[in-house]
Amino acid sequence: MRFLRRFFIRLSNFTTGRRADQRLQEEMAEHVAFQTEENLRAGMPPVEARRQAALKLGAAQAIREHHNAEQGLPLAENFLLDLRYAFRMLHRSPGFSLIAIATIALGVGATTAIYSVIDATLLHPLPYPHPSELVRIEANLPGVGAHDIGFSIPELRDLQNSGIFQYASFCFFGTDTLTGSGQPTRVAGATVSPSYFAVLGVDAQLGRTFDPHDATPGSNGEVVISDGFWKRAFGADPHILGKSIRIDNDFFHVVGVMPASFRDQGQTSEQVSTELWAADGFSDRTPPMRGTRLVYETIARLQPGLSPEAAQGRLDALVASLKKQYPADYPPQAEWTFHLTPLAESLVGNVRQSLILLFGAVGLVLLISCVNVANLLLARASARGREMAVRQALGAARMRLIRQLLTESLLLFVLGGITGFAVLFCARKFLLQFVPESLPRLNDISINWGVLAFAIVVSVAAGTIFGLAPAWLTSRLNLTATLRQEGRGSNGSRRRSVLRHVLVIGELALSLVLMIAAGLLLRSFWDLFKVQLGFNPTRVVAIETSLPNPNDPKTDIYRTATQEAVLLREVLRRNRTIPGVEEAAVSDRAAIPLGHGQNDRRIIPLLHEGQEVQSSQPPLIDTSIVSPEYFHVLGMTLVRGRLFVDQDLEATPLVAVINQAAARTYWPGKDGKGEDPVGKRVHLLGRLGRARPDWTTIVGVIADARTESLADAGIPQIYLDIYQRPAKFLALYLRGQVDPAAISAQVRTQVQAVDAELPVFHAETLDDVLSSSLSVRRFSMEMVALFAATALLLAGLGIYGTISFLVNEQSREIAIRLALGAQRRDILKMVLRQGLTLAAAGAGVGLVGALIVSHLMAGLLYGVSPYDLSTFAGVTAVLTAVAIAASYVPALRAMRLDPITTLHSE
Amino acid sequence: MKEKPDVLQGTLALMVLKTLDALGPQHGYGIARRIEQISGDVLAVNQGALYPLLLKLENEGSIASQWDTSENNRRARFYRLTVTGRKQLQTETRDWMQTTAIIARFFEVKAEDLP
Repeated sequence: MRFLRRFFIRLSNFTTGRRADQRLQEEMAEHVAFQTEENLRAGMPPVEARRQAALKLGAAQAIREHHNAEQGLPLAENFLLDLRYAFRMLHRSPGFSLIAIATIALGVGATTAIYSVIDATLLHPLPYPHPSELVRIEANLPGVGAHDIGFSIPELRDLQNSGIFQYASFCFFGTDTLTGSGQPTRVAGATVSPSYFAVLGVDAQLGRTFDPHDATPGSNGEVVISDGFWKRAFGADPHILGKSIRIDNDFFHVVGVMPASFRDQGQTSEQVSTELWAADGFSDRTPPMRGTRLVYETIARLQPGLSPEAAQGRLDALVASLKKQYPADYPPQAEWTFHLTPLAESLVGNVRQSLILLFGAVGLVLLISCVNVANLLLARASARGREMAVRQALGAARMRLIRQLLTESLLLFVLGGITGFAVLFCARKFLLQFVPESLPRLNDISINWGVLAFAIVVSVAAGTIFGLAPAWLTSRLNLTATLRQEGRGSNGSRRRSVLRHVLVIGELALSLVLMIAAGLLLRSFWDLFKVQLGFNPTRVVAIETSLPNPNDPKTDIYRTATQEAVLLREVLRRNRTIPGVEEAAVSDRAAIPLGHGQNDRRIIPLLHEGQEVQSSQPPLIDTSIVSPEYFHVLGMTLVRGRLFVDQDLEATPLVAVINQAAARTYWPGKDGKGEDPVGKRVHLLGRLGRARPDWTTIVGVIADARTESLADAGIPQIYLDIYQRPAKFLALYLRGQVDPAAISAQVRTQVQAVDAELPVFHAETLDDVLSSSLSVRRFSMEMVALFAATALLLAGLGIYGTISFLVNEQSREIAIRLALGAQRRDILKMVLRQGLTLAAAGAGVGLVGALIVSHLMAGLLYGVSPYDLSTFAGVTAVLTAVAIAASYVPALRAMRLDPITTLHSE
Repeated sequence: MKEKPDVLQGTLALMVLKTLDALGPQHGYGIARRIEQISGDVLAVNQGALYPLLLKLENEGSIASQWDTSENNRRARFYRLTVTGRKQLQTETRDWMQTTAIIARFFEVKAEDLP
């Protein structure tokens, strides 16, 4: 307590210190005046009177200083003094300060930029209360290699009633079509359990969310809308509650509006910005069959205090008891399991690696820029040797000198950090354009106080770490030697030059690591970019539309394939009349090459004829529903059999086309040579699996195309005829010379001429789809390449600075050599050798580091080995070339040295 | 020698308070003169030491100061005892008396007096 009180008195003295000191001075002067007057009265001569008075008072200056030291905060006062001095030093060498501050600004600014992305994505992925309780549940069949197979309604009930979770909910993202007023609009919507918002723990700002205990079978007719949608579509109508809106021919009434800050959970920014939620209790539409898996995404909130590990344990027990209870539904060889992942992890999983890589890369850039500044500080230290010697000779303690030097470097780093932050802040809008849109929390990236705090903490930490060594070495000197040398001073700086060499080697090594990482990423990107697609995306535009999907099938005017076929044929016919369009095709959304989210992917069980008996857990296959023209529009080649023809109709036998990967996988043949799949019959158990679907005959095999994943050509695919199996979420493909800007409106006119209530949206050329499917890879590749270029530049500057400094230091020696008859070429070689030695050492260390890093980032590479010799060799060659070029300028200077002037000037 | 100023610091504060109590408001020089007169040459060496002390006492609230005119028409800062200062003086006087009395008794005691 007493210590605290004293501290506060000291603190107040520190702030009012100047006044107290002034007063002390005044009062003592007053005292002397009184005493002098008295002495005069006593008959002393004036000079003697003043002298005696001063003597009697004692050492006024010492008293003042002692008082200040006692009552103030000497540390803080010294700090202020140091700071003032540091500012003056900065001002005195503006060139040095500018370069140092700019270098730090670059490092800190770039690091802070990446941090702001990580802050929004990895650190705060879930803007909900108690985010650690949120988990995603996945059902797997490891026994048959099936992953994330989804849940049946009874399974979902089991999860909800297990007692492991407070609430569990499925969610199905999609698009809803809002009709009834004006243009049919498409809204990013989600169908969820009534407990969805209870899982997230967020309440509505207006009205209410769904009642988590609502057990209404099927849709309960309620929707919750987002704040943005409320404002946009309803003009923020305060009486919105209870109003009814028409979605896919069904009427729903609005029960709540979510707060403006609410963001849905999801893996893409489209899912995150969902605007409409409808609740579905599911039970009346389907018989409660365990094998009929209707829902995929399932999220849940754990009971408070239950760790994910403990919950997983209880979930395993639940699975075991269910298997015992329903042995027919869960055959042991399939090894059906539930798997829990923290929701945060599952949402950022696919970008985590890229972001960590970027953060690592930018961290290296920061490190390199700090090393560069430390090098500059060391170079300046030798120029300031004399100043330090004089200070020490006058009695400055070494700690005091270190503190002063540290204050100077801290000032540099903090100024650099603030500059970097300011630039980042001003350029944030511009920079955000480069962030790929598929980043889940793109809209939440902001330059906020936390990011500022990060920038400052990083600068202070870097300033302390990288200022300490130069300060330590600068203040360590041999007094007499330095002073006697009249500041010529290279003496005593051996340690400094060793440190400088170590720093430059480190810098070169770090930039080599970065450049190799960038090189490998570039190669993988290039390989992916140049990959044989197997389909032709040029001049093809894809446009989405969706048919109404009413809850009551009786109101669906496009229920059967025949009904839908009438519409589709007319839509296609009309679209072919659009100027420039040569060909048109239609498919479901799952068939859009590379352009659909996980939710559109339709992976359904496939039963071979004659095999269904021994395996009740059939393999799963990616399924697309397409019109006959699809293959031609996309330029996919037929290998065997035939494609769909106009004679394939709902009434004729069901047919399918598969790709070569599917043929290889499912008809490997007895001798491994492959069996002809054409003519073979399969059962496809749809999502809404009818118990006994009809046989589907394979009629053709097409060549593998990378329509699912650029990186993987061998994903088995099966294509069904859209005139035989209706689909609701559709994509139209138009090939020809069309104007992407106008096509949306043109197609809309044609489609709505057939049915005025169909929405038309999301026109995109397949080239764009292709390029945005590469966006995260491209982003990380470009960023790492940018960082590598920066690193190379900084390393080049570093080696240039060091060699220049060495040449300066050795100018006397060089002059003497020249005077004694050394060849100028030898001098050039000597200096270049020094640069090359540094480069070789840096490259050696860097290669070891690069091997470790490339091993770690193997998962991000495609088509290139992490130990790719040509990348390693090429990058090393580039680094060596840069090092030689950077040493060449000072080497030339050394070569052209005039021995006479140099020796004279000493 | 080293000990002396420390003891002095403690006693000097008491001297200042007592002086102000006895004489009423005084300027620094007046206080110094008075202490010098009474204490002989203890304080004669370093009168300047008084001023940091006055500042400290004022900060602690024992005394207050204001500008005024001295007897020979010089402007000077006059110090006076505050209510806190008076209380402090009373307690410290009592403590001091007790301490000196105990010390005095220790000095009086001879070996044969002890049981």
